Amino acid sequence: MSLLQSTAYQIKNKIISREIKSVDLVSSLFTRIKHVENNIQAFIVTDEKKAIHDAIEIDKRIERGEEVGLLAGIPVAVKDNICTKSLPTTCASKILQNFIPPYDAFIVRRLKEEDAIIIGKTNLDEFAMGSSTENSGFKITRNPWNLECVPGGSSGGSASAVAADVAYMALGSDTGGSIRQPAALCGIVGVKPTYGRVSRYGLVAFGSSLDQIGPLTKDVRDAALLMQVIAGYDSCDSTSVKVPVPDYMEGIESDVKGLRIGIPKEYFATGLKSDVHTVIKDALKVYKRLGVEIIDISLPHTEYAVAVYYIVANAEASSNLARYDGVRYGYRSNNAQGVIDMYSKTRAEGFGNEVKRRIMLGNYALSSGYYDAYYLKASRVRTLIKNDFDAAFEKVDCIMSPTSPVPAFKIGERANNPLEMYLSDIYTIPANLAGIPGISIPCGFSKEHLPIGLQILAKHFEEKKLLQIAYAFERETDFHLKKPPLNVSSLQGA
Amino acid sequence: MDKTVIEYIANLSRIDLSEEEKVFFIHQLSNIISYIEKLNRLNTEDIEPMSHAIISSNVFRGDEPVVSILREEALSNAPSKIGFFVKVPKVID
Repeated sequence: MSLLQSTAYQIKNKIISREIKSVDLVSSLFTRIKHVENNIQAFIVTDEKKAIHDAIEIDKRIERGEEVGLLAGIPVAVKDNICTKSLPTTCASKILQNFIPPYDAFIVRRLKEEDAIIIGKTNLDEFAMGSSTENSGFKITRNPWNLECVPGGSSGGSASAVAADVAYMALGSDTGGSIRQPAALCGIVGVKPTYGRVSRYGLVAFGSSLDQIGPLTKDVRDAALLMQVIAGYDSCDSTSVKVPVPDYMEGIESDVKGLRIGIPKEYFATGLKSDVHTVIKDALKVYKRLGVEIIDISLPHTEYAVAVYYIVANAEASSNLARYDGVRYGYRSNNAQGVIDMYSKTRAEGFGNEVKRRIMLGNYALSSGYYDAYYLKASRVRTLIKNDFDAAFEKVDCIMSPTSPVPAFKIGERANNPLEMYLSDIYTIPANLAGIPGISIPCGFSKEHLPIGLQILAKHFEEKKLLQIAYAFERETDFHLKKPPLNVSSLQGA
Repeated sequence: MDKTVIEYIANLSRIDLSEEEKVFFIHQLSNIISYIEKLNRLNTEDIEPMSHAIISSNVFRGDEPVVSILREEALSNAPSKIGFFVKVPKVID
């Protein structure tokens, strides 16, 4: 296996022991980016010069025997809705095309403190609104497993980059499945932490009561490593929680014997593709072999989750996106007469259709006369969905399901039917509504050889347990080692 | 959802729509809203609404000055400015 195909954890020790230099790694990574980026279109911007410069500095410090951070010299990609000082942050929207943040997001600061090398910003559905990365204002990212298919979304650029070995790890954001679903569709690991576990300071807000930042990585151990770096309290995010951060790597090998796994019948109903179902059943057999107890459970309000989500998330979005008015930053229309017209034309010209649709839907649900019928109703049903999980976790330690009802779909297949696209997130949305953590891990392939993800959910702040459960599966299987059929042989740089 | 409603919410949203776009969005938003109306099947009379997934309370800090970004930095992304001010079209006639 070439160095570029290795995991972050594997190369970390080689860099620290000076077996390899970070700068060599970064150089060969950029060579590979030049080869595959035309095909996958994962990045909105890359910063080779800065990455090389940072890598040289890390190598020097290691050579001098200085202490270095947890991610020393490791190339990491960041979703382009996370603010990076001096590096454009566009949210894949024309309205922020030229926006250069004057500050770093909390987690970007953490990456830098731990000596990671930030290589670039990855593509997404505009403002993270979508499940396919087709709604980007700039480009369509492709799935490395089949270039005619979507990588999922909205963190599709991050997922595609990690799957294609052009980033060792990446950060994404998950409002209704935007980390877990693309991780599943690209055959990698994705974690949505508990709401409040990771600071959202510097994450461009979409649905503020749902958004969480999390890792997209090649395997579970790398996910634990990145969680270690990003988790923790931050006074700049008032929803950030002062719960101590455990050592996610310690005890990751713990066995799962006696674990009670809940299988919600509502997640195995109509709409679930048969080969996805088969692969998930096989994955459960692996766990059975490891001595778990499989328990049938019910989450009776699951079928209402998508409807609740599209009211709550869009109501929050309509408020959050009111700030894009062409005044203090971002695009401003030159065709306007007066200030109100400037707002309306700026937003008409700057936002794509999906964003407009969601802002209008959100404003509709919040508007006078409709508030009780939509927003308040959805907030009450949200309680029922959370209660379902509370009741389930009385009986089981974790819940397992498919991450997505289907593997990667063809580009364009769902683009004209927003509602069908929204239903892509049916298994991931409930966790955001309840604020609980979830992980998606590769667990097999469809008939067309597209990756399928297994989703595991646990109680608030049980990321450590999730990682242990996921690692137990990974140790027994080799799905996480499979590589997409991109032409790698000519690119053995490192 | 009809033309009056879409014009009302487009105005609330400060998004200019062409006549064509109005037709397009009326159709799509109607579909989504009729899907959302499935929530009405549930009786939620005695259920408390939930706005946050974890217990949260107001967070206060002492009224002490802290270092912030510089004014130049804060204004660096403004599409139009004069000196230390953001410039906008005339607001009041």
